[in-house]
Amino acid sequence: MRAAVLGSWKVRIGLGIIGLFTLAAIFGPWFNSVVIGYNAKALNYFAIGQSPNSHHLLGTTSTGQDVLAQLIAGSRNSLLVGALAAVVGTALAILFGVTAGFFGKGVDTVLNFITNLFIIMPVFPLTLVVAGYLQGTGPVTIALVIGVFGWAGGARTLRAQTMSLRNRDFTMAMRMIGESRIRLIFVEVFPQLSGWVSAMFLHGVIGGVLAEAGLAFLGISNPDTVSWGTMIQNAQQQNAILNGQWWWFIPPGLCIAAIGTATGLINFGIDEIASPRLRSVRRAVVKRTRRRTEETSGGLPQPEEAAV
Amino acid sequence: MTQATADVTLAEESAPRAAGRRNRGFLLRRIGFYLIAAWSAITLNFLIPRAMPGSPADSVIATLQQKGGALTADTVASIQKIFGQPRTNIFHQYWNYLGQLAHFNLGLSTSSYPTPVRSLIGQALPWTLLLVGITTILAFCIGTSIGIICGWRSGSRLDSTLSPLSTFLAAVPYFWVALFALWLFGFQLGWFPLAGGYDPNSAFGSSPRFWISTLQYGLLPALTIVFSSCGGWLLGMRNMTITTTSEDYVLLARAKGLSPRRVIFRYAARNAILPQFTSFALALGSILGGALLTETVFTYPGVGHLLYQAVSNRDYPLMQGILLMTTLAVLVANFIADSVYVLLDPRTREQGE
Repeated sequence: MRAAVLGSWKVRIGLGIIGLFTLAAIFGPWFNSVVIGYNAKALNYFAIGQSPNSHHLLGTTSTGQDVLAQLIAGSRNSLLVGALAAVVGTALAILFGVTAGFFGKGVDTVLNFITNLFIIMPVFPLTLVVAGYLQGTGPVTIALVIGVFGWAGGARTLRAQTMSLRNRDFTMAMRMIGESRIRLIFVEVFPQLSGWVSAMFLHGVIGGVLAEAGLAFLGISNPDTVSWGTMIQNAQQQNAILNGQWWWFIPPGLCIAAIGTATGLINFGIDEIASPRLRSVRRAVVKRTRRRTEETSGGLPQPEEAAV
Repeated sequence: MTQATADVTLAEESAPRAAGRRNRGFLLRRIGFYLIAAWSAITLNFLIPRAMPGSPADSVIATLQQKGGALTADTVASIQKIFGQPRTNIFHQYWNYLGQLAHFNLGLSTSSYPTPVRSLIGQALPWTLLLVGITTILAFCIGTSIGIICGWRSGSRLDSTLSPLSTFLAAVPYFWVALFALWLFGFQLGWFPLAGGYDPNSAFGSSPRFWISTLQYGLLPALTIVFSSCGGWLLGMRNMTITTTSEDYVLLARAKGLSPRRVIFRYAARNAILPQFTSFALALGSILGGALLTETVFTYPGVGHLLYQAVSNRDYPLMQGILLMTTLAVLVANFIADSVYVLLDPRTREQGE
């Protein structure tokens, strides 16, 4: 399974992108001071609003901060919020989903009800209002708020998976032998869910990054922290659009999109391995199949054959 | 991946009974669920300000006193009923709060004192309902239709360009797409106005010029929301169509020699579309969040922009009011999606895992 996952080019590209950003998050400040030579927060009134040039590869903001340095420094806060929100969200999803799915009956009814409630609540306004009361707080609080309100979708998936695992033969057999419930959950059921949990974690990371960007864009987060969201918010506040300073707000959005695409690719790859029907055929194979069918039967190409 | 499992919740709730009765039972249970959900939303709205550090009630009263001078005892009491009354037990507070809501009293806005929150939201709500409503339905229809085509012809040129593209689109923050669109089409090309929801020089609400200007101002926000949200629908529908296409009944339909169009729409797509409605609940929250941010980018006079102003001015009554109204609106939208589901699938999807 693991080899199959790494064998998919989609998964490899996705992991590569995420790895790159993780490196930027860890070594960003060091990289900024040594290689780029600008501090992300340092103002420079002699280089205001410059478009990309040889000194500032991605230009400068309207207070002369280097956009590239900000972008690299921002990856730390954005990913930190994303990862922390994902940890909280995934933990809650496991707690609710696995417990509900494993114990069934009354426990399930109650937990599933709570899960469904959180699913239909509009999470963003809720997060925004709670964060609105706690304005100016650091990334950790924001991550906690995002995680606490964003676990429900994952819990539903885990619940369904656990329910089907609970009734499989191997779990039944272990139950007959008399294994304790706790051991059943952690030793028999949980390892089977690891694929789902990791997919969910990745999903949580991008959800957290997006939510942080949205909240920062609305001016919720501490103005001193540099994140991709605060970069876009600063650009918006200082009329980057009306000044035509595209280099200020486009790169952070692209970074968010890159991380999102990476998660999407990984999930896509895992999906295709889990259910091979979804595996889309390469263009070349489709063409070859069509040519063959035309040669042999002269009949119409059947998309079905290509898909299987 | 989530779609396939998502309908398990619905599936389990149905028991093998007479179809009509089951249908009604299902709907009744859903109505019950939504009523409890609405109650929970109202209760959450009660709990949030009380759970926050500091005293929101005091800060609201202080802000109002700065703005408008002395407050009557009535106003102070009504603020405390919403945000927390000192020295009153929590159940009594809850009862008072419900009483306030029953009279649609959401308090006075502190940032535009002394306008009631109710009327501020009343002005903004139609803009958002129209913008988000129309764009969500459009995005759903467009995304689902293209998803059917991509799923049916998986591996075709269309599919192998659109699927990765929508993975990318689903990951892009809405407000960034909005900023980009505003910069490109509004600023660089000058095709669209840069801010607002209508022509400020036209008479509000009466003249035909006003209505035409709302279209002109609303088009770019609407296009960006459709653009960013239809990718998710497309991917979901594509994957479900591929799964459904390999079912035996689709093979049978083909073997019978039915026209491809009939096989796609009456056999494959009709079954594949069901999880789309189930995932509505999951999607609507993020679409709404995105739309609220998009409104802020375009300074669109809707609830999203109002919420932005409320948060940046720390206007707690307005924040709470908007939260309550948007939550209730989302519940109604989800209820409609659920009902459509029942109409489309009379069995209310009985498959259980």
